[in-house]
Amino acid sequence: MSTASKAMAGREAIAVKGWLQAHKWLLLRRASQTFFLLIFLLGPWFGLWLVKGTLAGSLTLGVLPLTDPFVTLQGLVAGHIPETTALIGALIVLAVYALIGGRVYCSWVCPINPVTDTAHWLHRRLGLAKGWQPKRSTRLWLMGTVLVVSALTGTIAWEIVNPITLLHRGLVFGIGFGWALVLGIFVFDLFVARHGWCGRLCPVGAFYGLLGQRSLLRVTARDRVACDDCMDCFAVCPENHVITPALRGKGSDTPLILSPDCTNCGRCIDVCSVDVFAFTHRFDTNVSEAPATPADTRAA
Amino acid sequence: MPASAKPLSPQRRRFLQDTARMAAGCAVAGSALAYLARDARALPAEALRPPGALPEEDFLAACIRCGLCVRDCPYDTLSLAELGVDGAATGTPFFTARDVPCEMCDDIPCVAACPTGALDPGLTDINDAQMGTAVLVDQENCLNFQGLRCDVCYRVCPVIDEAITLELSHNTRSGHHAIFAPTVHAEHCTGCGVCEKKCVLPEAAIKVLPIRLARGSSAEHYRKGWEEKAEKGRPLVEDLIDLPDRLPGPGTDNLATPGGFEPGYNLPGTGQ
Repeated sequence: MSTASKAMAGREAIAVKGWLQAHKWLLLRRASQTFFLLIFLLGPWFGLWLVKGTLAGSLTLGVLPLTDPFVTLQGLVAGHIPETTALIGALIVLAVYALIGGRVYCSWVCPINPVTDTAHWLHRRLGLAKGWQPKRSTRLWLMGTVLVVSALTGTIAWEIVNPITLLHRGLVFGIGFGWALVLGIFVFDLFVARHGWCGRLCPVGAFYGLLGQRSLLRVTARDRVACDDCMDCFAVCPENHVITPALRGKGSDTPLILSPDCTNCGRCIDVCSVDVFAFTHRFDTNVSEAPATPADTRAA
Repeated sequence: MPASAKPLSPQRRRFLQDTARMAAGCAVAGSALAYLARDARALPAEALRPPGALPEEDFLAACIRCGLCVRDCPYDTLSLAELGVDGAATGTPFFTARDVPCEMCDDIPCVAACPTGALDPGLTDINDAQMGTAVLVDQENCLNFQGLRCDVCYRVCPVIDEAITLELSHNTRSGHHAIFAPTVHAEHCTGCGVCEKKCVLPEAAIKVLPIRLARGSSAEHYRKGWEEKAEKGRPLVEDLIDLPDRLPGPGTDNLATPGGFEPGYNLPGTGQ
């Protein structure tokens, strides 16, 4: 695929489906990210305390505690057994993401995602080389390292530098020099490593990936027979290795994207002009037999 | 290696190389993170933790930096440390007594808000809080120590007459006045910081310090004779020989009052 066509990814979908349909999931995702930020800002900005706290730990409407399970895990290995409130909060979050896909957190909630998405968008526009590409398993190694360091130092180690909570807490409480770290990630993703942070290094993403291994909500390449090999999905997907087994599968191969790396961002659904992809659940292994053209009335 | 040995599998070689690479990279990254984590423990002396906060090393394992204590503090005393601005570990709650002291709410809302127990829910009486200990650090500038009657730290103390008392002594400068020395009694001081906040001097003469800086400690094995005796109701060791007291006078080495009175006995070897 040429650099030019990469920069143009999604043009065909816009022409066929219209701009809005070709950005449906992206817009919904941005709305979701904005929502999860605004709901925390309603209190400090307008005195409307629906939600108090940060992404690390919060209290909604005075009753619903939510705690980041990765932060809780670090606290546990550091030697502190938290109070029940934090444990219940962590269990609720664990259950939800185990159901809808761990990395849904990455693409629908995490405030760093718009930063790295923008870096990737600019990266494509400028036609930059992909740069340093450490293995995707690096983040798992880093996750292990974080837990070891937490245990050895007796601190919640990753929270000292975690750009996710740093940015979120920064926006809600005041950021200090935290913006420099966020800018650092933007520059890293733009010039050093394409999809470098979220795709290869972030230990929080690694944790949520593991969490969502058996999740229900999945993207399916149901209409893969209609694929015209435009490669637009590969150009926009932040974890594009997950597409291949589903899209290139033949016959009875599952059309589901089952890799825990998939963030369920839905961008592949947006940019596909022939609507190969759709959201479904993990037990839906239906595959279209033949190209679903309007003329084809034998379907079903 | 014998030449006849089976060639090693390239996959195995690859695997070992990759593993070594990852392990080395993680060792470097982990060391940097561990350095930062150790560094984060150095809490600046003027940054005080909220009431009920676990000792600093336990606190950093327990606090998830959610900010719920900050939100529920009715006096906006607490804030979360910002990276590179405040010295405390990023995102952890603290307050600076000279800016906004702790008002010692009866219901301790910050502790109630903490989801993890980093602020110990066992603290139910705010008077038992130990956020630090007030220390009168500068007697030379304290107005009371100069014989004036400022008394502000004493008057504003929420635990007045227990945590701070005024101790009377003679003013040798004027010769006929008193000095009312503000005196902190650490076992009653909660470290709320109101005294430091209200000190009238441009730079407070009384400051709340972390307990590690504010206090010494008595050695485990020390026994105070007068306390032990009072507890036992009689001398600790019976039948002690009552040795002669050193009285002033000839034949002794007491030079403070030479020429005093002669002892009623002669110490051996001192009579000449």
